[in-house]
Amino acid sequence: MLRFLLGRLAVLIPTFIGVSIIAFSFIRLLPGDPVMLMSGERVMSEERYQQISHELGYDRPIVVQYLDYLWGVVRGDFGTSVVTKQSILDQFFTLFPATLELSLCAIVFAVVLGIPAGIFAAIRRGSVFDQTIMGTALIGYSMPIFWWGLLLIILFSGMLQWTPVSGRISLMFFFPPVTGFMLIDSLLSGQAGAFKSAVSHLILPTIVLGTIPLAVIARQTRSAMLEVLGEDYVRTARAKGLSPFRVIGVHALRNAMIPVITTIGLQVGVLMAGAILTETIFSWPGIGKWMVDSVFRRDYPVIQGGLLIIAGIIMLVNLAVDVLYGLINPRIRH
Amino acid sequence: MADTTAIEAPIQDPSSARRLAEFWYYFSENRGAVIGLVVFAVLVVVAVLAPLIAPHAPNAQYRDAVLVPPVWETGGRAAYLLGTDAVGRDILSRLLYGARFSLFIGVIVTTLALVGGIVVGVVAGFFRGWVDTVIMRVMDIILAFPSLLLALVLVAVLGPGLMNAMIAIALVLQPHFVRLTRAAVMAEKGREYVTAAQVAGASSFRLMFRTILPNCLAPLIVQATLSFSNAILDAAALGFLGMGAQPPTPEWGTMLAEAREFILRAWWVVTFPGLAILITVLAINLMGDGLRDALDPKLKRS
Amino acid sequence: MLKKLAFAATLMAATALSGVASAKTLVYCSEGSPEGFDPALYTAGTTFDASSRPVYNRLLEFEPGTTNPVPALAESYEVSDDGLQYTFKLRPGVKFQTTEFFTPTRDLNADDVVFSFERQFKADHPWHQYVAGAAWEYFNGMGFPDLIASIEKVDDMTVKFTLKQKEAPFIANLGMDFASIMSKEYADKLEAEGKKEQLNQMPVGTGPFAFVAYQQDAVIRYKANADYWGGKEKIDDLVFAITTDAAVRLQKLKAGECHVMPYPNAADVEGMKADSNLKVMEQEGLNIAYLAFNTKQAPFDRTEVRKALAQAVNKQAIVDAVFQGLATPATNPIPPTMWSYNKAIEDDKYDPAAAKAALEAAGVKDLSMKIWAMPVARPYMLNARRAAELIQSDFAAVGVNVEIVSYEWAEYLKLSKAEDRDGAVMLGWTGDNGDPDNFLHTLLGCAAVGGNNRAQWCNEEFDKIVNAAKVTVDQGERTKLYEEAQVVFKREAPWITLDHSLVVMPMSAKVSGYVMSPLGHHSFSGVDIAE
Repeated sequence: MLRFLLGRLAVLIPTFIGVSIIAFSFIRLLPGDPVMLMSGERVMSEERYQQISHELGYDRPIVVQYLDYLWGVVRGDFGTSVVTKQSILDQFFTLFPATLELSLCAIVFAVVLGIPAGIFAAIRRGSVFDQTIMGTALIGYSMPIFWWGLLLIILFSGMLQWTPVSGRISLMFFFPPVTGFMLIDSLLSGQAGAFKSAVSHLILPTIVLGTIPLAVIARQTRSAMLEVLGEDYVRTARAKGLSPFRVIGVHALRNAMIPVITTIGLQVGVLMAGAILTETIFSWPGIGKWMVDSVFRRDYPVIQGGLLIIAGIIMLVNLAVDVLYGLINPRIRH
Repeated sequence: MADTTAIEAPIQDPSSARRLAEFWYYFSENRGAVIGLVVFAVLVVVAVLAPLIAPHAPNAQYRDAVLVPPVWETGGRAAYLLGTDAVGRDILSRLLYGARFSLFIGVIVTTLALVGGIVVGVVAGFFRGWVDTVIMRVMDIILAFPSLLLALVLVAVLGPGLMNAMIAIALVLQPHFVRLTRAAVMAEKGREYVTAAQVAGASSFRLMFRTILPNCLAPLIVQATLSFSNAILDAAALGFLGMGAQPPTPEWGTMLAEAREFILRAWWVVTFPGLAILITVLAINLMGDGLRDALDPKLKRS
Repeated sequence: MLKKLAFAATLMAATALSGVASAKTLVYCSEGSPEGFDPALYTAGTTFDASSRPVYNRLLEFEPGTTNPVPALAESYEVSDDGLQYTFKLRPGVKFQTTEFFTPTRDLNADDVVFSFERQFKADHPWHQYVAGAAWEYFNGMGFPDLIASIEKVDDMTVKFTLKQKEAPFIANLGMDFASIMSKEYADKLEAEGKKEQLNQMPVGTGPFAFVAYQQDAVIRYKANADYWGGKEKIDDLVFAITTDAAVRLQKLKAGECHVMPYPNAADVEGMKADSNLKVMEQEGLNIAYLAFNTKQAPFDRTEVRKALAQAVNKQAIVDAVFQGLATPATNPIPPTMWSYNKAIEDDKYDPAAAKAALEAAGVKDLSMKIWAMPVARPYMLNARRAAELIQSDFAAVGVNVEIVSYEWAEYLKLSKAEDRDGAVMLGWTGDNGDPDNFLHTLLGCAAVGGNNRAQWCNEEFDKIVNAAKVTVDQGERTKLYEEAQVVFKREAPWITLDHSLVVMPMSAKVSGYVMSPLGHHSFSGVDIAE
């Protein structure tokens, strides 16, 4: 097991360095010039431009800039934003809990609905129920979620006025961030109605972000179940006269879950991509929106740092899924 | 998406006519796939004939008809079946022309990703060694980023626009093809027919592209349909974020981005472009499911 | 360390908030996050709305609703006869805000004023680079390094500015946000504790509202400054709910989640006016959108060609399509809310037939040109692309073929400056200090060719007038000069003046006392809200 883990890590490090090179060089290739942007319509004199470029370190050789940057990253210093002039890592840590909370809710939403739906569709294979579920799942899978979000806002926030339009909690509530998770913080605050408000703010973004994972998980669960249900040992169990509930619940489900868990792990990347759109639509103060805003503001260091941190997280989660899979299924350990 | 990697090569060696007939038999058994195919065919026809069937030019501005609702709403006009947008352009006509862009995006991106992915994948799978290692590491690096984020930054680098958006999306989609091709090539390489060809003195190049590749096509085709729909979705998402096709191009995602400010006042400018994206992507995914069922003997059995 | 402090502050503020049940809270749905809280570091109005306007004061401030500078932290000032020395008497007894993170021990004095300015131009000042990349954009942009010879403390309550040359707009410049007065005592404390960057995160000033807490990209909270020299505000708490999407802001306003919002979508304004729970205030913005020819490029170097094309543009159509009517077609290069605006000038009439004839008379045939459209929405031009398309079809009608080009924003700004640039550039300007010099000299003077003067237009007659106005102290004389300059401008037509946008402020009907600033500031001093 240790060797397996070490092997994976050995692959991870060069990949991470590659990721850092890409993140770094992309940003140097971006056409917009952050120093120019600082002055907007106002024109900056050439010497002043040089002076600021110098102060920001943009006039040094690119390799020096890169090594300097990498050395900073190793020490946990991802630089400072040119727009807000604040530490990128600090900004990341203030915004990340919002994205994490939303992503976790979306995954829970997708799993809680997707797995039962997939199981029942597999059991009733070919029935109207199966076809409806799979048809819906395919629609969900094909959904442009940015549009889906707008539709939900028109319907639930605009016409029905059931849910708030954006943000994480009503402004009437104000308490210090303890965990950064609004659901937990609102409970801790002890303020009446705060939790309810946090939940109502989460509903639409959760649905929007969870839609594609839900569809993928439902489809994957169904096909994994179908495969397992066709296996000999399940037939044997059936033949032995075990109750269908036991057959499905104990024997089939346990084995079918292995690929499903992998699928769930693979949704992290999907969620991050989805967060970019979902957070933009719902003004959710998380890292997806942070990245989009930074791209538009040409905030080089933030794009660079954000790319690196996000890619790092995805790589670690994939590693965790790999390890988990290795634990469940020792056959794949080479 | 993960499930497509499990696909194995199709049944060996029947005559191509028989193969095709068998394929069609399985494909047509899937009602969804046939519906998808029909819808897709209609879209192709619409895209080709857009100038003939669109009631108006896509960028013609009727300044006396700004934000006219669809014909069935009060205030709607028969001249503008699905209403008009903020500068008085006919939404139906823009949608019809938009079909061209979406299909064009799908075709170009998929071709780019497919061709690039196959070449790189075959090279990696055939030569192995350090070439393989380097290629696969690079693919790992690309896959370490969320695709939309990477495409977004890439487009920011290249400059917003449809062409650049397509290049960016093709780049983030191609690692899937590389991986598939490489796996298939490695699996095929040990087979007898390859060894036979090698003994007969076939060149490496010929071996790779004429002998091995045709036998790995099935999973690639399935992946290609997936990429087709992903390309349309991602391009629309980029357009929505203002980084894809630029106005006044009647690309559906860009139309949505332009329409966003009217979300409370004119639901039709928001609803229809999104619906068009959904229908197109859904049709392609339905076809993709059908293709997979028809090409994948494993699922066929169950 | 810093974060803990911020937590502690918010915690205490939270308990304080829950204690006062009947506190009057005004919620403002702001359009974006502030970049920071030290206004001198930034240029965005969004940042100023959150920093200089609630938290800080300046020596002089613009009288609410006008562009006239009036005494604020300075009680009075004197100008020497040669116009080079400005001596300010400070208002006595002005208290800095007492917050959870800072308790002042002394009142405002000359040290604070000297500190606030010196840090911006003395490269060896300990606060010159207290955040990475501090560029003191406005201080430099307004030409202060070349203007100011010295800033001296005469006594505790007197400060003297010495200028290198006469500059009439100097007084108006001191009302600008970068001239906000910071607390030197607070800065010293932070320096001693080794956390200078906090000056930009947790501000302390003399203004009407004291900073309480900022949740990144979400909420900023302030409370009324009980010791405010202008008297305590009527509202107790001021909250900025950061809401970047205009449609969402409107939703929140309608739902009562906020009481005031800036920058509504033009499409929604009619509906808001019809809503009895809302009231909508309007004012012309201090801005101009223009299409600048390159007057060094043939055939646009010829006045008759520029004049002809100016007649070909249907400005009203642009105003209608881009702003849904919430703008006025522009005649002069300065907005009508600014003093010296020349009402006598008439705009070129939209007349495609005459334009076509004039072009033919000028011997211009089969003209193809580029029009540059900004890639971003600006207050003076919400959708440059849409406007460019309209101009494209207008020009097509007079036989001029237009290609619309666009670049990434920073690139656009850079490339459009070039003297050999190809084509006409769409751009605009938002005034900084309400002085006509800030438009006419800054954008059209000979000194700005290759820079802010996107038309690359150097007209001797015009340049002489605006330079004379710059060093004239008497406002009556200056007004006359600027009126004359506008006549020359219109005759020569280096720009097609497109529009001045209207600033619209929708708010809850319960809000009273809000005064719109012609400078585009959003200030909540004097605002009240009915329960």
